[in-house]
Amino acid sequence: MAEIEHYTLNFGPQHPAAHGVLRMILEMDGETIERADPHVGLLHRATEKLAEIKPYNQSIGYMDRLDYVSMMCNEHAYVLAIEKLLGIEAPKRAQYIRVMFAEITRILNHLMWLGAHGLDVGAMTMFLYCFRDREPLMDAYEAVSGTRMHATYYRPGGVYRDLPDTMPQYEKSPWRNDKKLKELNANRQGSLLDFLWDFTEQFDSSVDEYESLLTENRIWKQRLVGIGVVSPERAFQLGLTGPMLRGSGVAWDLRKMQPYDAYAEMDFDVPVGRNGDCYDRYLVRVEEMRQSNRIIRQCIEWLQKNPGPVMIDDHKIAPPKRADMKNDMESLIHHFKLFTEGYCVPEGETYAAVEHPKGEFGIYLMSDGANKPYRLKIRAPGFAHISAMDELAKGHMLADVVAIIGTMDIVFGEIDR
Amino acid sequence: MSQLLMDLVDKHFADKVLDKKIYRGQLTIEVDKSDLLSVCETLRDNDDFQFEQLIDLCGVDYLTYGQDEWSTHEASGSGFERGRASLDFDSAKEDSERRFAVVYHLLSVTLNHRIRVRVFADSEDMMVPSVIDIWNGVNWFEREAFDLFGILFEGHPDLRRILTDYGFIGHPFRKDFPVVGELEMRYDEEQEQCVYEPVTIEERILVPRVIR
Repeated sequence: MAEIEHYTLNFGPQHPAAHGVLRMILEMDGETIERADPHVGLLHRATEKLAEIKPYNQSIGYMDRLDYVSMMCNEHAYVLAIEKLLGIEAPKRAQYIRVMFAEITRILNHLMWLGAHGLDVGAMTMFLYCFRDREPLMDAYEAVSGTRMHATYYRPGGVYRDLPDTMPQYEKSPWRNDKKLKELNANRQGSLLDFLWDFTEQFDSSVDEYESLLTENRIWKQRLVGIGVVSPERAFQLGLTGPMLRGSGVAWDLRKMQPYDAYAEMDFDVPVGRNGDCYDRYLVRVEEMRQSNRIIRQCIEWLQKNPGPVMIDDHKIAPPKRADMKNDMESLIHHFKLFTEGYCVPEGETYAAVEHPKGEFGIYLMSDGANKPYRLKIRAPGFAHISAMDELAKGHMLADVVAIIGTMDIVFGEIDR
Repeated sequence: MSQLLMDLVDKHFADKVLDKKIYRGQLTIEVDKSDLLSVCETLRDNDDFQFEQLIDLCGVDYLTYGQDEWSTHEASGSGFERGRASLDFDSAKEDSERRFAVVYHLLSVTLNHRIRVRVFADSEDMMVPSVIDIWNGVNWFEREAFDLFGILFEGHPDLRRILTDYGFIGHPFRKDFPVVGELEMRYDEEQEQCVYEPVTIEERILVPRVIR
């Protein structure tokens, strides 16, 4: 009988560790990976083409659905690109709100990543802990935009509305007694900012909790240390960004180096790894959560002291107030024009990038002067990361592939677009 | 910042840059495809540039650039649908010398600057040289541009489709590819298999393209 040297293994697209719909053809020698060929595109929706057929503002909602665990960061890049082409700038308060929610989103994303990565590698408890802490942040999303995930909250020229003065509260139900109800509503007595402040007070200790479960955990380290090592030179060559690049020891963070919105006024540190393996990237992301917490606190302090407009006053771009429309003809016309035709953007092209939780998320926007984009290109960090799969997985065992997928922080909404 | 970079571009490839422009603080240069590889290599290796990272590569189809779908002169008296003019692909195709372009976004982490490079594909053979030997990570980006626009990258080791379905025909991001697609698929009870048929839905435009 002929001896079989290599065989191919089909991994996914229906695999719990594939983080969505990743299909991989693995060429194996025994249990060692010889070649990994990821097949993506199973979630391709042609977001870029769809954006070409609708006015600018109508695509903001699509941005949420790209990387569906860091919704507002996607919106942020898109909105910044439009603002750049229009040559406008959001009011200071809106910039702070955007930065605050971008950091809330970063924590949301990293918690999701930590939980799922833990689960992949065998730490079931992490998943439950992380989802527990995501809940208050989701509530903050809901309080400000009305939805827990797909917010459509950022707009060209600011944000949709100011932060609410009250937090929604839990109501009486047959399943909770009065004591429990009081407990649940204890931190919801003040405004959204008070609620978030309360969250930031205890979040650091939550991160300590995750770290006590994982950082020195023998199994965790055995699964991650020395897996998927990337040198800084290779990271540049492969187009890796974000924590994937910082894990290799490159201190590059767009929030610091090319600050947008109010990031220039924030005080925070950029963590970097040393070895460029999965474990260092884990440490980088955990530290990023602490830093995000710091930024949120700075934003809350500023926002509490500085009321003001959250949207520019130009009604050719931002809709007028509902109340004005009732007795002002011009407001009514502006509203009508904005919601039927949209606004025309001057001819030109621009690229706006943000430090997305996963890496550099960029929007290349091209306008020929019409009310719809001529071409929109979404630069998704995950797309570059997963294209490095073959190089990272080569020579590792099958079980390590799961750890590598986890460390790349892959979400198919953005990769397949 | 961009001005400084523009001066350096002038210094290094004065004769190779066909067009250069700073818009909203960002520098775009256009090069001929025959010069692409040498320009890119200089951009990566020269101490003045040090673009060690290729952030993004994308295709662009210029077929209907500057066309709108809305005429208000005679038609506005007769309702929305009659005011709408569909895009004219045929006459646009006649002068399609410069139809497909590839746009590269480069980033230098060391010097903290960015540049955008545009190169037009040959309209006859749709070829552009691949930069995969200069930035290895471009592999999938070039596959994507091939899949969506049909641009061919000379020297790419594995130019397969990437985002569209297995066995897909056509290049969906071309401007003359309908948004509703060309084929639809359903499961046929009698044949007990999936069948492909021409689409039965009609394309609708809710908001016409307007240039003001």
